[in-house]
Amino acid sequence: MRQQLGIAMRILAVFTLLTGLLYPMVVTGLAQLVFPAQANGSVLRANGTAVGSALIGQPFTAEKYLWGRPSATTPFADNAAASTGSNLGPSNPALVDAVRARIARLRQADPQNGAAIPTDLVTTSASGLDPDITLAAANYQVARVARTRGLTDADIAAAIAPCTREPLLGIIGTARVNVLCVNLALDHVPVQP
Amino acid sequence: MNATAFAECAIYVLLLLALAWPLGAYMARVYNGQALWAQRVIGPLERFVYRICGVDSAAQMDWRGYAYAVLAFNLFGLLAVYALQRVQASLPLNPAALANVAPEVAWNTAVSFASNTNWQAYGGETTLSHLTQMLALTTQNFVSAGTGMAVLVALLRGLTGRLTTNLGSFWVDLTRSTLYILLPLSVLLALLLVSQGVVQTFSASTSVPWLDRVLTADGKPVVEQVLALGPAASQIAIKQLGTNGGGFFNVNSAHPFENTSVLSNLLQALAILLLPAALCITYGRLVGSPRQGIALLLAMFALFLPVLALTVWSEHQANPLLTALGVDPSMGNWEGKETRFGLTASALWATATTAASNGSVNAMHDSFMPLGSLGPMWLMQLGEIVFGGVGSGIYGILMYAFVAVFVAGLMVGRTPEYLGKKIEAFEMKMAALVILLPSAAVLLGTALACSIPAGTQPLGNPGAHGFSEILYAFSSGANNNGSALGGLTVNGLFYTVAIGVCMLVGRYWVIVPVLALAGSLANKRAVPPSAGTLPTHTPLFILLLVGTIVIVGALTFIPALVLGPIVEHLSLR
Repeated sequence: MRQQLGIAMRILAVFTLLTGLLYPMVVTGLAQLVFPAQANGSVLRANGTAVGSALIGQPFTAEKYLWGRPSATTPFADNAAASTGSNLGPSNPALVDAVRARIARLRQADPQNGAAIPTDLVTTSASGLDPDITLAAANYQVARVARTRGLTDADIAAAIAPCTREPLLGIIGTARVNVLCVNLALDHVPVQP
Repeated sequence: MNATAFAECAIYVLLLLALAWPLGAYMARVYNGQALWAQRVIGPLERFVYRICGVDSAAQMDWRGYAYAVLAFNLFGLLAVYALQRVQASLPLNPAALANVAPEVAWNTAVSFASNTNWQAYGGETTLSHLTQMLALTTQNFVSAGTGMAVLVALLRGLTGRLTTNLGSFWVDLTRSTLYILLPLSVLLALLLVSQGVVQTFSASTSVPWLDRVLTADGKPVVEQVLALGPAASQIAIKQLGTNGGGFFNVNSAHPFENTSVLSNLLQALAILLLPAALCITYGRLVGSPRQGIALLLAMFALFLPVLALTVWSEHQANPLLTALGVDPSMGNWEGKETRFGLTASALWATATTAASNGSVNAMHDSFMPLGSLGPMWLMQLGEIVFGGVGSGIYGILMYAFVAVFVAGLMVGRTPEYLGKKIEAFEMKMAALVILLPSAAVLLGTALACSIPAGTQPLGNPGAHGFSEILYAFSSGANNNGSALGGLTVNGLFYTVAIGVCMLVGRYWVIVPVLALAGSLANKRAVPPSAGTLPTHTPLFILLLVGTIVIVGALTFIPALVLGPIVEHLSLR
């Protein structure tokens, strides 16, 4: 029995080195070699300087920008150092109050828009860092952004199209728009792919 | 459920079967020592491990020796995870300069990872250093999964052994599970995930500027966006494959760096059920009758698919309270979901992660519709046997299979048999222990938490939903799942201790009776099948097995489920 205790300790030490140290180091080495951009956060660059991550959302409040999903992170939205969801249940009055306030903000920014409010535009994402909105949520905002910028709806739609991803095979996922991608294009920031 | 959602689920199930089949056959060859090609590559490493650890690979253990080895190894693992967290501030690879973890959270996390639960009382990027994540958590992700697989193989030796006490060697089974199965699959999946943008680096973070002006809640400007990074992909690969589920980041696989795209989500969702499904195939081959494994797999699907349909349907429903405010009623329930996955993939994941004892999440289950969280909760309460944990799922459902043949035997007045082994009083006692102990831990824990302020103060939601949070927490802990309704704050003293105890019960008070049962079965002679034997691969047996599971699960948990999700569902109308 004492011999088994010795084996237990040694085998834990061996697997700690093998799976806890060697495995992540080998994967890191290969990842940095083969997929350096992806492994380091998919940072977007314009003229050599970082302008954001293709995968992480940023909050937009100015009316000239497309707005993204509401975020539950603290102390500010889209805090990518401390991800969190709201964890509000569907029957929680706090959820209803929060959504009511977001709807009021959308209506105030675009009083003429009588369309039904796209759900994802007034509900928080799971991570608080969602970079995307549904195509419906993007289309809902086209008129407001066009008017604020003195452009036509077609101009805005043209900026949205290249930032739109269709469902895989037309089936898996939702048609979605990367918000930062659209706003960088609207501001004419020359992002290198 | 609309046509696209149905197609998405069908694609998932077909891909899962297509991958599980060959993998299951390969694993059977690994445990039989017939995986010749793999042995040529990995064999030298395997023998090297035995040599430096002093393992005699030919030595056999009886059930007591096997259980002793399992418990000793898991205890040392638990102590190592605890110790690493308590001293992480003075160790290297701590680029964010995180402090030592508080004792109660460290205890909870140690139990959580040793027991293959991976309940998160900690917030990944804000609590644990990279060294702790790697040495403590990633290691346990491998070896706790390996432990489950080893115990399963020991049980199978009990089923197929004849008048013997030998159940094999835990050290050999653990080493083979890790080196031949978990490690190669993890390297492959990790690199696929990195190609999709899942981060893998030793730096703590990088910073990018904001495009718009960003203010804190009290109006102060924020200079830049700090993006937390780390060696995530390597941990995520094994977290999914080993039914572990503990995330690198706080929001787990909902984080855009942990699960980046539709494709990464599909890969991870497949990885959740891959090994538990494949082990059904392995099981059939190892007991010498592939049909036995297929019967278990079909029984699992018979329970999984209706719950999947309910969950997907629920999440495609709009919250009536929001519809009343003018929100589009056709879009479904988006609170706590990521746009890139969509409603169907979020509901599919929730069902898969609770069917398997995985517990990783890609959406916040706390914000699911009431009936959307009911199915996942019930799947956990059944004891993590619908796919379940790697290894533990099959030894769990086999306990129900023994109960099913026993009930059938009572009906016709014959001594029940399973695979030629008589199921007698001792086997039934052990099977009953395995089924009842975790259920008791769930219900007693929930009752205790509801009756003391330390249990109700940390609630994140009022009313029936608050009760669901408590019930979910104990269901998850006692069945080693690890997912949560995250509104409940679980890093306080009561929940860290109570859930910790439940996790220990759900893991080790199951493993020991299972091994005792294996020892008892191994010692029996095989009864040749006769006209009166109930075959255990037929549709009739599958029906009997599913019926047993549903009746036990329903009778035990429906009263509690009515108080939580069902009351909330009715109150929403």
